[in-house]
Amino acid sequence: MKRVYVNEEWCLGCHLCEYNCAFANSGLTDMAYALKGKPIYPRIHVEGDEKISYAVSCRHCTDPMCVKSCIAGAITMNDGVMQIDKDKCVGCFTCVLVCPYGALAPNADGVMQKCELCLQNACGEPACVKGCPNKAIVYEERGAVE
Amino acid sequence: MKNYVIIGNGVASAGCIEGIRSVDPDGPITVVSEEDHDVYCRPLISYYLEGKTDQQRMRYRSPGFYERMGAKVYFGRKAVRIDSEAKTVELDDGTVLPYDALCVAAGSCPFVPPFEGLDTVPESYSFMTLDDALALDKAVKPDSKVLIVGAGLIGMKCAEGLCGRVAGLTVCDLADRVLSSILDSECAGIMQRHLEAHGIRFLLSDSVVRFDGTCAVMKSGEVVHFDILVLAVGVRANTSLIKDIGGEVNRGIVVSGRMETSVPGIYAAGDCAEGYDVSLGQNRVLAILPNAYMQGRTAGINMAGGDEAFDKGMPMNSIGFFGLHAMTAGTYEGEMYEEKGENSLKRLFTKDDLLKGFILIGLEERAGIYTSLIREKTPISSLNFEVLKKAATTTAFSPELRRKKFGGVV
Repeated sequence: MKRVYVNEEWCLGCHLCEYNCAFANSGLTDMAYALKGKPIYPRIHVEGDEKISYAVSCRHCTDPMCVKSCIAGAITMNDGVMQIDKDKCVGCFTCVLVCPYGALAPNADGVMQKCELCLQNACGEPACVKGCPNKAIVYEERGAVE
Repeated sequence: MKNYVIIGNGVASAGCIEGIRSVDPDGPITVVSEEDHDVYCRPLISYYLEGKTDQQRMRYRSPGFYERMGAKVYFGRKAVRIDSEAKTVELDDGTVLPYDALCVAAGSCPFVPPFEGLDTVPESYSFMTLDDALALDKAVKPDSKVLIVGAGLIGMKCAEGLCGRVAGLTVCDLADRVLSSILDSECAGIMQRHLEAHGIRFLLSDSVVRFDGTCAVMKSGEVVHFDILVLAVGVRANTSLIKDIGGEVNRGIVVSGRMETSVPGIYAAGDCAEGYDVSLGQNRVLAILPNAYMQGRTAGINMAGGDEAFDKGMPMNSIGFFGLHAMTAGTYEGEMYEEKGENSLKRLFTKDDLLKGFILIGLEERAGIYTSLIREKTPISSLNFEVLKKAATTTAFSPELRRKKFGGVV
């Protein structure tokens, strides 16, 4: 299946993916109205130091710790995509404690969220990929790294 | 066709069902459920009291789970005996279930010390099951005074769940601190002050000498008046079914990495079993939900003829009270790195070039990166630990490790 990958050497560290993500998941149609002057809760975040930067989002692991560990049974794997049932999540942070990639974080209401590949929102394809100015973030099929 | 029986209907049992079905789509599965409920999220019973969830949302699996999985459940029945020669399980109503592969996922039960006068207490509750929570939910009134015996994970979550619904909450414990199984004194102190700020009163290093109706006489001499008593002293693994047939048992049922007990054809998983603690390098009871699921799933896969080992367990807890979260994992041994903030604390424990454990209070961001280093036994010398100890970030990884983690399917 297609997943989101980031080519470190191309990432500028501009954080635009974070804004595109927050907008795509806001359910709103106007970006300025959705984001301006508000704290944002993106499901992708840029990490790095002065030498390197890269965006991190859910890896949609084949053997997901978050699904197996969720104490509320709120995270499920559907056709390889991990999804969080917001109504079931109680915000206990167990998924944060087990995710090896640091890909989960709470939204403004303390409910856990993470990348769901924009499959359920109006964007329909990963907004971070679509809006990446240097094409560092890609949405493609890959195998495991040897 | 193989015939599967699972004793227990909690999360380990659900994991076992799903493990079996990942290998064998057809073999009949029979589940013995003491509780009269479909599998539910046991750790959520305190959230139920708090009104943050309800019975529908507490379901661990969506309605129709057993039908989809082709599992038959005996609700409200208890397994009383295993005959490992005849390969049968006998239930309390005399039903005999034959099995080819059996999983004991019988969980644990509250440990109640022999308190003097406990039988004089009109309203006494445990806090382990959904039925306990439903009964407590019914019993508490806005003017209730509640005494909780036990300041561990169960007692404290119960206190949080009841706080705001009752007139008074006192928690006592023999230990000198709250959450003593996962926190040292200083860390426990931070959580205690936070809990006290929400109106919970503590009597620590103190214990009940005797109960007299609705009052508890403490060792310190203090007398606590209450309407409702919650006993959350501790739990014991349900090991008797295996012990009775001569199977190996410590504090929990002894299992291999494949979740086999010492009795051929019988597996065990979840709170009733021990498990390998990768941070300690030894077996111990790891009574946490993630462990239950993973052990159950491993047992199921092996019961159905697959080959799976679960040897990456460890104690780990993410427990929050009124917005302040404590995250802990592994064992607290070796050299300690510490960072303290206003209302936060970080402790990382390293030994033999490995991260062994951590305590994080009010610092939950990306904590799983630390957990994975314990689990994967990543040599610290291969990481930029100076960066890593300041923040849980994969930036501290070598480019090679990062490429493996982010460059392809994991």
